[in-house]
Amino acid sequence: MQGSTVDSAKVALDYHGSAATGHEAHPDHRLFGLIVFLGAEAMIFMGLFMAYLTFRAVYPSWPPEGTPERELVLPGINTAILIASSFVIHRADTAIKQNNVNGLRKWFAITAAMGAIFLAGQLYEYHNLEFGLTTNLYASTFYVLTGFHGLHVFLGLGLILAVLWRARQREHYSSEHHFGVEAAELYWHFVDVVWIVLFLLLYIL
Amino acid sequence: MNIPSSILTMLAGIALTLASIWYGQNHGLMPVEASRDAELIDGLFNTMMTIGTAIFLLVEGVLLVCLVKFRRRPGDTSDGPPIEGNISLEIVWTAIPVVIVLVLGVYSFDVYNSMGGFDPEAAQDPSAVQVAMLPGDSEVMPLIEGASHPMGHQHLALGIGASPETAGKPADLTVNVLGLQYAWIFTYPDLGITAGELHVPVNKDVRLLLKAQDVIHAFWLPEFRLKQDVMPGSLQSELRFTPTRAGEYPIICAELCGPYHGAMASKLYVHTPEEYETWLQSQVANRPDQVQTIASTSDPNVNYLAPFSQQLNQQWGIDRALEHLHSQVHSQAQVHSQAQVHSQAQVHAQMDRSMELTADHSNLQQLIAHPAA
Amino acid sequence: MTQTEIPSSISTAHHGGTERKWWHYFTFNEDHKVIGVQYLVTAFFFYLIGGLMAAVIRTELATPASDFVSPETYNGLLTLHGTIMIFLWVVPAGAGLANYLIPLMIGARDMAFPKLNAMAFWMIPPAGITLALSLLVGEAPQAGWTSYPPLSLMTGKVGEGIWIFSLLVLGTSSILGAINFLVTILKMRVPSMPTNKMPLFCWSMMATALLILIGTPVLAGALILLAFDLLVGTAFFNPMGGGDPIVYQHMFWFYSHPAVYIMVLPLFGAISEILPVHARKPVFGYQAIAYSSLAIAFLGCIVWAHHMFTSGTPAWLRMFFMIATMVIAVPTGIKVFGWLATIWGGKLSLNSAMLFAMGFVAVFVIGGITGVMLASVPFDIHVHDTYFVVAHLHYVLFGGSVFGLYAAIYHWFPKITGRLVNETWGRIHFILTFIGMNLTFMPMHQLGLQGMNRRIALYDPKFTSLNELATIGSYLLAVSTIPFLINAIWSWAKGPKADGNPWNALTLEWQTSSPPAIENFEVLPVLTSGPYDYGLEEEEVGLPTAQAGSATLSSSPGA
Repeated sequence: MQGSTVDSAKVALDYHGSAATGHEAHPDHRLFGLIVFLGAEAMIFMGLFMAYLTFRAVYPSWPPEGTPERELVLPGINTAILIASSFVIHRADTAIKQNNVNGLRKWFAITAAMGAIFLAGQLYEYHNLEFGLTTNLYASTFYVLTGFHGLHVFLGLGLILAVLWRARQREHYSSEHHFGVEAAELYWHFVDVVWIVLFLLLYIL
Repeated sequence: MNIPSSILTMLAGIALTLASIWYGQNHGLMPVEASRDAELIDGLFNTMMTIGTAIFLLVEGVLLVCLVKFRRRPGDTSDGPPIEGNISLEIVWTAIPVVIVLVLGVYSFDVYNSMGGFDPEAAQDPSAVQVAMLPGDSEVMPLIEGASHPMGHQHLALGIGASPETAGKPADLTVNVLGLQYAWIFTYPDLGITAGELHVPVNKDVRLLLKAQDVIHAFWLPEFRLKQDVMPGSLQSELRFTPTRAGEYPIICAELCGPYHGAMASKLYVHTPEEYETWLQSQVANRPDQVQTIASTSDPNVNYLAPFSQQLNQQWGIDRALEHLHSQVHSQAQVHSQAQVHSQAQVHAQMDRSMELTADHSNLQQLIAHPAA
Repeated sequence: MTQTEIPSSISTAHHGGTERKWWHYFTFNEDHKVIGVQYLVTAFFFYLIGGLMAAVIRTELATPASDFVSPETYNGLLTLHGTIMIFLWVVPAGAGLANYLIPLMIGARDMAFPKLNAMAFWMIPPAGITLALSLLVGEAPQAGWTSYPPLSLMTGKVGEGIWIFSLLVLGTSSILGAINFLVTILKMRVPSMPTNKMPLFCWSMMATALLILIGTPVLAGALILLAFDLLVGTAFFNPMGGGDPIVYQHMFWFYSHPAVYIMVLPLFGAISEILPVHARKPVFGYQAIAYSSLAIAFLGCIVWAHHMFTSGTPAWLRMFFMIATMVIAVPTGIKVFGWLATIWGGKLSLNSAMLFAMGFVAVFVIGGITGVMLASVPFDIHVHDTYFVVAHLHYVLFGGSVFGLYAAIYHWFPKITGRLVNETWGRIHFILTFIGMNLTFMPMHQLGLQGMNRRIALYDPKFTSLNELATIGSYLLAVSTIPFLINAIWSWAKGPKADGNPWNALTLEWQTSSPPAIENFEVLPVLTSGPYDYGLEEEEVGLPTAQAGSATLSSSPGA
């Protein structure tokens, strides 16, 4: 079609020097890659949510009769903690953009603690629920959905702790180079958003 | 020999059209039509074949012409003409498929509607879940635990229901069909008959209510162009049709249901009214509440009942039963052509016996849980 | 008439010490070209295994009786044949082409994430070998590649568990690969290459990557739930416990229908590359072909329930899925007609690559026509789960994907190996494959229409003669791989050396040496023309005529 248009940008970029030595730096696409990956992750959750909604729509009553009541207080607190942690982790991002490594460490540590509390609360809830994994379809979906999300929280927690570990060295992260911080933060937000949907689906709806 | 290319193109177009129309009507690919639904679907198929043949001939023709005419001549090292596109041509070959697709869509919709695809009766009739009960048994015994599970699917219309003509009218004959590894069981709730084959009168409105016991099966009548998955659990599906041609037709399970899936077959007999009456009489006469001597487990002619022999042979241990089943299926392949004709009495007696066994939950559950143990 | 201007002052001499050794191909190597070859060779290995299984299946089906293998083995074979051909042959082979070609075509030195790329590849061999070995230890999955519950929950925990595990690993590999493709195509092009000058292969890989990213995770979700049902005793899909098997079917086909496009779109792209080069004409309707890939990807995501017309979907939804499915014929038609117009009036070199590319169009169109037929709900009710469907899918996946892959292998063989293939052997290979393919799968149309259901080891004797034909055809197909293997191995070792651009093609991968240096380009190329500007150079690019003449094709590259 317009293939013949000679591109005006005929600047022969001189990569010669770097080509001889091996890798030349190309712009960092890791964050974009992570976003694409999270898109794929979101599709797993989307699939599971759709399955849940279908089960729910097909069953005459949901949760099925005989499912023990669940209390809302503990999950509510847990949700509040997780949502709050998203704001906390954002403070860390703001801090590192100002080269404030101490701020990064502080806010990441607080986020990690909040994530750990969330996971502990989740386990506590599992322990005290009156239904098990195979009690009925609702119970199964409940455990698998929250469990799968819990696994993601766990991984996110791992990322945060890894960033904290690396941040021992003051020079590791700077306002210029802090992909690890951004990645952990983005992942944490993702986990948080998924939880909000999950909470609405499983507890409120 | 200097024929202008426009005339050649026109001649080719005429030949292509004629060939497509001829082949679309005379492909001879479909089996006989045993119902009005089959005629409708064949009409649709013939139309699609006509269009398909035209596209096929067009594409292959262009390829062949290119192969011959535009072959690189030895010594020619030049490039072809730099044509990068032609908007009006591209619009044409986008628009034509759009029109074809719309026409086929509307045509298919119409056929589907005439067949009864939009009748959601099956979905609104949860009372018909009781299938495959013992003849004369007052208490409905669900064959599997799942069937008694308090769960109702309301959103699904499974199968082909009443056509616009028969809508609202009750069917002339309703038969409950149960699919299980690897047999079909037909119960006539109004007549108290249970059989391993389906017998229906010609030109009557027949309604089948289908359920599966163990895994998903699919009930296929090739000569009627009808197929419907048969689901285990509380989902019931429906097929409603009017046979228009007396004869004997295969019933096939079309959904992979286990190692002996290929052996899961039966027969549909479409009878003239007299024949049907005779068959009914024979069923009533033969209806044995007494236990008959059954030679089934060693009779290779009994093909539909492989699973029952499995159940009948429980006391031998599942391994031996499976071994037996295995040999039966092997022998079935050899006698396949014998049309699987066997004594109704045998079928029936076996049926009753197996029903009793099926009612035995624990054994069956065990079998279901460890079919390949 | 090259697409690029490369400063001539730079010699390639100082790269002499960085050549690839054979053992690099057996290591965790991060070079996209090594990974591409690893993908292709591994996939072809699994193709041979899957083909062997097909031969056993066809031998069983040579007679109506179930007399060659046990029915359990038969079901194991058909399950593994389907799974291997899809997840271990066509999908990874497409990924292999993409790995090899994308960075070269867009002028990048490697993929965006080389380490991730290598990881994605190395997930495949263990998963594939585990899956294939399950047959040898007698624990093959038996529920078909669709693995519908509740059957899949009853046919043996070990086999089904292996199947789920393998697919989860292969799916993860596929997703990681797709992230790489997408990011590389979107972010790593040379500065002078806008999207509308990308080679069409990159367009189709972009569409493929999107489909993988949207579809595969949902399959993973279904497999996770299925694994819980199988191993822990939940009842998501088991009606005995109140579950719903239809939900599985939806989730499964939400991936597995797009999977068809994941398997065929890369080859659409490859065909769009191959035809213009060997016809010496610009591709006809570049933008239409490019955007039709995206249209197919979009439509491919909203048609999955057409696999469930005889299952449980509401009637009005069936109509929606019917129309959406039929509409896919429109962008597909745009491609097919575009290809025909591309070769029409060209100067066709009928070498192996071109023959397979034209063969692709010839047989794929049959799969396309039957595809539209199958979309029609009333007709599909008759032929669903029959040999008609088997014929259709093999015309799409064998006639489409495998022909396309062979065309691609012949076309890029000189680039990958630095040597030319033997064209005579290639033509023999094409003729055998073409006849064998049609002999095997054409009779299946009639079988299905007449009443032969699929996935059966024994059948009504009235179908014997057509089945015998198909079996003979399948043996011919098996034989047809022999000339290919001989040709590929011999040419790789001893074939005549190819220069950087034996076809005189314009896309960037041909503007570097064959095989390309480790970082692909000495100096990143700058585009001076579009990827398919054949026959255009005098008027618009303005190169001197003498130069254009010297760059034209040598008439018999195979000699």
